[in-house]
Amino acid sequence: MSEKIFIAQGELTAMLERLSKEMDVWVPVEMGDEKWGVRFLPYHRDNVVVLDRQSTISPKNVVFPQVETLLHFRYQKDDNDPSKQRIDLEDRQDVSSVLVFGARPCDVRGFLTFDQVFLNGRYKDPYYEQRRKKTLFATLLCDTEDSACFCSSVGSSPGDKEGSDLWMVSVDDGYVIEALNERGRKLIPLMGKQAAPEQIEKAQRIQEQVNSKRVGEGDLTQSAKDFTGRFTDMDYWRDMISKCISCGICTFVCPTCYCFNITDESRDLEGERLRSWDSCMFYHYTLEASGHNPRPEKFERYRNRVGHKFSYFPDKYNGMISCCGCGRCIRSCPVSIDIRRIVYQLKEAVDARV
Amino acid sequence: MPEFKSNPFRPELATIQDIIQETSNILTFRVVLNDEQKMREFSFQPGQAGQLSVFGVGESTFVINSPPPRKDYLQFSVMRTGEVTQRLHQLNIGDQIGVRAPLGNGFPVDELKGHDILFIAGGIGMAPLRTLLLYMLDNRQDYGDIMVIYGARSPEDLCYTYEFDEWRSGGVRLVLTVDREFPGWKERVGFVPTVLTEEAPSSYNCKAITCGPPIMIKFVLIGLKRLDFEDHQIITTLEKRMKCGIGICGRCNIGTKYVCVDGPVFSYEELRRMVPEI
Repeated sequence: MSEKIFIAQGELTAMLERLSKEMDVWVPVEMGDEKWGVRFLPYHRDNVVVLDRQSTISPKNVVFPQVETLLHFRYQKDDNDPSKQRIDLEDRQDVSSVLVFGARPCDVRGFLTFDQVFLNGRYKDPYYEQRRKKTLFATLLCDTEDSACFCSSVGSSPGDKEGSDLWMVSVDDGYVIEALNERGRKLIPLMGKQAAPEQIEKAQRIQEQVNSKRVGEGDLTQSAKDFTGRFTDMDYWRDMISKCISCGICTFVCPTCYCFNITDESRDLEGERLRSWDSCMFYHYTLEASGHNPRPEKFERYRNRVGHKFSYFPDKYNGMISCCGCGRCIRSCPVSIDIRRIVYQLKEAVDARV
Repeated sequence: MPEFKSNPFRPELATIQDIIQETSNILTFRVVLNDEQKMREFSFQPGQAGQLSVFGVGESTFVINSPPPRKDYLQFSVMRTGEVTQRLHQLNIGDQIGVRAPLGNGFPVDELKGHDILFIAGGIGMAPLRTLLLYMLDNRQDYGDIMVIYGARSPEDLCYTYEFDEWRSGGVRLVLTVDREFPGWKERVGFVPTVLTEEAPSSYNCKAITCGPPIMIKFVLIGLKRLDFEDHQIITTLEKRMKCGIGICGRCNIGTKYVCVDGPVFSYEELRRMVPEI
């Protein structure tokens, strides 16, 4: 039996101090800035750690930074030919061990979908791989669902431990924490004292309750065929997406959205090639130099987003849905577009037609 | 920290060995990888692409249009269109660029063996077809009759004109066309799909390979269907805006397919199975 420890709410700061001496610890914090809400940042003793609600933005930036350097380049005079320049290239990446403390099961599930794309394709992404390998997740059993949550509709649950290294259950005025693997076990001694039997029992009961609970209605995992059946129904897509203002927030907050851009930034003779988050909701995303755009209209771009998550992705990766049901796209959308409704009605529309 | 053991995002440095002015807005670059061993060992399939980097400006995708057996250099034809191509056009012989290649799938050269071949190209669309054409000329005995229908806006917009004699002496029937009459122009006049219909090549044991502007391809497909070409007899090579070129960044998808790794070469049969979003 693995050791379970208990940490009281009041001792959390001391524990995070201990852990952050060993590794970088990222925690959900509220900066008192309404624009950002709760987001994951490197631990600092002055920041308030927020564990009683889901973060506004998922911790995807811990492993997949919003902007990261792929290459450094520098033009130098060619010593052998004074009329020419040579180029020095560097592709170093400094990665330290990271603990993401206080993620939710949906947040962690996002990385399981990322892994398919960044690690299991024809090419491996070495930047992602190095960070991913050195990142641990201390995940909190989720007991704060709201009307936008639907993790059970995409095959997960608020008690889903998959992908986590440490598992935390909120009990009394603190947390019972257990290690789920060897990597997690190594951190246990730094975290707290042996939990009392009644605390362990309480945590167990909460886990059982959550395991039998459903968050979200219906099943969205079998929608691939419905999507292809409705692909050319322009009226359906136009009707569903007419409100959309192409702001891209749904992709920004999404734990499973990973599309990126690559651009060069330089000053004088040196610079960097950067990778930064991009969004398939933007017109320029697919705009070609010739002026041709395969997805010029917003309904075509949104259709691609729905298709990617519920049809293309499962077709490619053994049925895995590229949606973790966190509900952030619904919560953040300024015009309240609800992806659940679009996917459900996709099916209804197909059924109604038959 | 050590550098990565292997990093598909890191280009090889290369030197521009030669620049050929094809048309007023198309230059052909011959480049050599600086790493001699990598240059010697470089291999690829006709139809595969590469990403060219101008550091400080960015990267763009171009088909490698030198044929694989001719290994002295890698060749890319670049039409001046956007930021990267603009800057590429300003470079000189001896300048340094980055190359990530080969990328993508290439033409099914073995599957094409034993068939008559019909190339149909418009404008810069000749670039990928030229690679395959030269490959076939290098392996002439493997392929049947070869016909090329190649059109451009004007005689000045035709690329590779200096090679036409080499193509013809390899037994290629070359039909050239331009959009309207020009003084001194003795070849065909008219759009490529119209010339295709006039020529009416037989579909029997023939594979048609086409590349050009989307509107040309659309009408070429209609023309080929009228000539009884079946879907599997038609092959095309696509272009998309690309970034990573290695199937990750999510930009060049058509449904489940990524043009950068699953393409750029697709048969019409494959295209028909994909979502209509080209």
